Amino acid sequence: MATPNFKHALFCAIVTIVIAYPILGLNLVAESTRVIVEGADTTTVISVFAAALVVFLFQLFRDRIMASLGGLPKLNPFADREHMPESKRARLESWVLTGIVVLALFWPFFVSRGSVDLATLVLIYIMLALGLNVVVGLAGLLDLGYVAFYAVGAYTFALLSQYAGVSFWMALPIGACLAALFGLVLGFPVLRLRGDYLAIVTLGFGEIIRILLNNWTALTGGPNGIGGIPDPTLFGMEFGRRVKEEGNTSFHDTFGIAYSSEHKVIFLYLIALILAVITALIIRRFMRMPVGRAWEALREDEIAARSLGLSRTAVKLSAFTIGAFFAGFAGTVFASKQGFISPESFVFLESAIILAIVVLGGMGSQLGVVLAAIAVTILPELAREFSDFRMLVFGAAMVLMMVWRPQGLMPMRRTHIQLRRQE
Amino acid sequence: MLEVQNLSMRFGGLLAVDQVTLDVQEHEIVSIIGPNGAGKTTVFNCISGFYKPTGGKILFEGGEIQGKPDHKISRLGMVRTFQHVRLFGQMTVVENLLVAQHRHLNTNLLAGLIKTPDYREREQKSLDRAAYWLERVGLMELANREAGNLAYGQQRRLEIARCMVTEPKLLMLDEPAAGLNPAETKDLNQLIISLKEDYNVSVLLIEHDMSLVMDISDRITVINQGRPLAAGTPDEVRNNDDVIKAYLGEA
Repeated sequence: MATPNFKHALFCAIVTIVIAYPILGLNLVAESTRVIVEGADTTTVISVFAAALVVFLFQLFRDRIMASLGGLPKLNPFADREHMPESKRARLESWVLTGIVVLALFWPFFVSRGSVDLATLVLIYIMLALGLNVVVGLAGLLDLGYVAFYAVGAYTFALLSQYAGVSFWMALPIGACLAALFGLVLGFPVLRLRGDYLAIVTLGFGEIIRILLNNWTALTGGPNGIGGIPDPTLFGMEFGRRVKEEGNTSFHDTFGIAYSSEHKVIFLYLIALILAVITALIIRRFMRMPVGRAWEALREDEIAARSLGLSRTAVKLSAFTIGAFFAGFAGTVFASKQGFISPESFVFLESAIILAIVVLGGMGSQLGVVLAAIAVTILPELAREFSDFRMLVFGAAMVLMMVWRPQGLMPMRRTHIQLRRQE
Repeated sequence: MLEVQNLSMRFGGLLAVDQVTLDVQEHEIVSIIGPNGAGKTTVFNCISGFYKPTGGKILFEGGEIQGKPDHKISRLGMVRTFQHVRLFGQMTVVENLLVAQHRHLNTNLLAGLIKTPDYREREQKSLDRAAYWLERVGLMELANREAGNLAYGQQRRLEIARCMVTEPKLLMLDEPAAGLNPAETKDLNQLIISLKEDYNVSVLLIEHDMSLVMDISDRITVINQGRPLAAGTPDEVRNNDDVIKAYLGEA
């Protein structure tokens, strides 16, 4: 008993040192033209070894520690209580959701401009994650290039406004539809692929789009991006201090209030909120429609699904197309919010983050995905001073989640279907 | 109804199915028996479109279907079960039955979003059909359970119900009694006969349980090493010397 524990503990401690020392203990210092490696100060080195010691001791006495922890009161006192009846639970859930949306409608008027801006970003990520949830969570198609559709939506708006002067409201459906078209085009060659192979092809597709945007300088401006993307208007009212386009009026003049830059931020937030709610509602309905069931059936067992007359082509393409459609939606909002986009915003890391949101939230679960989107977007902002270790913390959080809640924050619940008894 | 003529299936150097001919008439239960590895399931896979046969013809209600994609063949009214149960494990029992009725439903996205009357009507019909079959195979109480959590015998019955809600003309069962206890096998026996009698479905059956096969089959085809060995009524097959030597064994 003791020997394997000791070996294991020693191994864990060594792994701790091997991982932590190069990251924390070695610094790269630029000296004129050369870069030299410098050891860190003693405190860091000592703390690395102290951490290793803690890991070692914890692993050595793990059984005893876990046993004594088991004696503590349960973290969740409600764990044993009986489940609510299905109908009551559904009603409660819809009330809570409505409450949250109403609260979200009024919330921006009472908080700072920065928070509203951040909340808009959260809403964009919610839209993206809800869309990817269709592809990954429901249809079970691992898509690592999802950000490409986001880029298509954003660039569609940017290019249309730059070359054709198209407004936000016109670009919104165009961007979404164009992204959906890209989804369809990507869908065809990857119909036969599953799992890892599909992941690699979609990853490649994401990179192709980004590299294309980066290098097609004549059209997209390459790495310089596209700026001056117009803000959305409200029935022809602009939110800037001065009216830019002829025929428009300005918001503050129409209502006779003083100009404030906050109006625009709040307006964008409200647009994002409404679009996110629409996205959630539409996908929620899709999930309960034949198409949603077909997605899941194909994920569960493709051969059985086909033997029952489901067309693999139609089902997979619909998942890809619908997922891409909502990414295009989000992309258009993003372009409008930033006012400037460049290929920088659409790197693989974005795909990974959106995927992480879906996995953390619980595949197929909408509420879980919303919560995870909030957590993944806001936590790094709150912990700005640790920004150097963001990825480290992120990775650790993922590992912990996979150990403790592999099914995600809020795993998907199956809808309860009431049947009429046949006489 | 179903006619298989000189069906052959070659995998590289291996001739898995060689010149198999069989037919299923309306209102008939036909069994395929033979030793393990004889090519019975390969014949099934060719008929249901999972494999593209390398030779021969398959006619369903007069039309050639060999080489057609599997989901199109299934839509013609010919569905199958699998040797190893293939349910949609994480979906509930009802959902399994609803997926099967995909082609009977209004799959128009817009119609579903705004819930047109046609959409609602078809959805309700499919729910009723699901309820009917759940009642029929005795799984009504488990309607909202995840299919993967059912007991093995229940999964088998659900798989048959899932085929039946598609309203097939021909049902192909691949070893439906495998893993069932004698009592369950007896129930299955009765269910298959009732499918034929009450629902006018023809059945093509692969089975090793001889008592079941002899009991319910109208005709039997014996396959050995990919080749047809004998065909006829249960009595003829039971007394055929070649069949006894190759498969049934001396009593």
